[in-house]
Amino acid sequence: MRQFKGRVIVPGECEAEALVSRCGFNTLASYQMALQFGDKEVKCGDQNNPDIYKKPMLGKALCLPQTIGSTTGGMVLFTACAQHKQPACMLFSMPIDSLAASGAILGDVWTDSVMPVIDNLGEDFLNYVRTGMKIKISQDGTVTVD
Amino acid sequence: MLLTAQQQALLDGEKGEVMAKVMKTLVMYGEAFGAQRMVPVTSAMGHTVISFGLKAMKPVYDLYDELIDAGLCSKQKFSADPKPLDKNVPSNFLENLVFNKFMYTEQERYEQQLKKLGIHDDDDYTCTCYVDQLGNKPEKGDVLSWAESSAVVYANSVLGARCNRNSGMIELMGSIAGFVPEFGLLTDEGRKASWIIEVKCEHKPEAQLLGSAIGMKVMEEVPYIKGLDKWLGTELDDDACAYLKDFGAATASNGAVGLYHVENLTPEAKELGEKLIKEGAQVYVIDDAELKRVQDNYPCIWKNPDAKPKLCFVGCPHMTLKQLQDWTVNVENGLKETGLKKVAIPTVFTSSPPVIKEFNKTDYSRRLKDCGVVLSYICPLMYMNNPICKSKPVITSSNKLRTYTSAKYYREEQILDIITGKEVRK
Repeated sequence: MRQFKGRVIVPGECEAEALVSRCGFNTLASYQMALQFGDKEVKCGDQNNPDIYKKPMLGKALCLPQTIGSTTGGMVLFTACAQHKQPACMLFSMPIDSLAASGAILGDVWTDSVMPVIDNLGEDFLNYVRTGMKIKISQDGTVTVD
Repeated sequence: MLLTAQQQALLDGEKGEVMAKVMKTLVMYGEAFGAQRMVPVTSAMGHTVISFGLKAMKPVYDLYDELIDAGLCSKQKFSADPKPLDKNVPSNFLENLVFNKFMYTEQERYEQQLKKLGIHDDDDYTCTCYVDQLGNKPEKGDVLSWAESSAVVYANSVLGARCNRNSGMIELMGSIAGFVPEFGLLTDEGRKASWIIEVKCEHKPEAQLLGSAIGMKVMEEVPYIKGLDKWLGTELDDDACAYLKDFGAATASNGAVGLYHVENLTPEAKELGEKLIKEGAQVYVIDDAELKRVQDNYPCIWKNPDAKPKLCFVGCPHMTLKQLQDWTVNVENGLKETGLKKVAIPTVFTSSPPVIKEFNKTDYSRRLKDCGVVLSYICPLMYMNNPICKSKPVITSSNKLRTYTSAKYYREEQILDIITGKEVRK
């Protein structure tokens, strides 16, 4: 078990299974098919991301460096939140990027969904965490990986 | 963040609950990046990335109704990304059914919302709003509240304007408020490069391939590119601007680049040179072999990777007038060589409505039509954004389209070979 401390972007607590993307997470490419065609598991549709392509994202602790790609990214994340199809939380090893921040904030301010977001967890975090590990996060930005 | 008294009043609800939520969104957005203050939006026009009325995105339009019902609209007129549908683009019965009955059921509602929110003109739907024919071209130093990754990177890099990689919805909220949080690419420090790219190719590198390689390497960092002026020259003429448009779109979609500097060419690089490079910047050398490695590593997700292409898209981002003219001549010449009268596979070129209008005033328009090429204003990405297209072998010279869809990428000369029925160059 290891603990990591990051910066809280959207506060909250949760426990979930890790889903780890070691490369930039392309929000539009990952979500577009799942949101449009009612995929209940919200499987990742980004063929350029071998870590998580076709893996369910719903309710997972999404661990990633940053998001990349289209500036519709924040809107897509907001929509996922509004439809309660968001990850359980988003955990960034790097400082959060503007698109992910937009989506997380839009979801927090304009919907009733809960998706805590923590950034700046460091390279060590992404090196350590593996898909399937148990994650627990607390209000102060502490992430426990089991 | 230090707000003015007026901004604080907005946050406290002086102009109603919805405007307070707009302010809260912008304040949280700025605080996530350490912004100290809001700065006024100074460009004449805005640009929104959201141009489509997708059923799946209904929460977005519901939120926009909240804004409209609260009497909020953009303080500046704006343009929008391309529309998703055009009956001139080849599509079968099933595709039309999916487009009209399942996907774009909110299109009419959304276009009406855009009118209320402040879209400039019915023709202002394009990802290349900065072309002369449309005229949403910010001045150097202007602060923008735009979204559309390819337009933002162009405005920052080629025009020297200042805009963060805002998300759709956030850009409209900035335009409604009339100010945006100051951080990142709005600051001098945020515009400095942490990567040096040394282009050492023997041949002019393909814009969309070079952009892809750089985007995947630097992610959201700012690259300072050396050696590209050898191929593009030192003046931002039509050809250089078209190249940088395509190059930038690939850096922004294959990575998350919001600004690049090209030595001796782009405005800030001309003005400040290597002063733009941060101490300790990393170096990435790109030669022909590296570009080949990048292209060879693109995944092909066609069911049959050797299938004969059934559709070709050129023009993501939208083509310039000069690109349309050049492609017309190249397709004509290619067809002469192969003896074909029309292109070998259905081919669609895409461009902005004002550019298409200009193009249609010239004889090139008839010549392109005679080659069998369809010219459309749509967004190819939106067209392909459905499961039916996944089983359709579509090819493209756009690295952005490749990234978001099942389209297979080829260099422009390869695309030309395929559509004119030649053996494809390696």
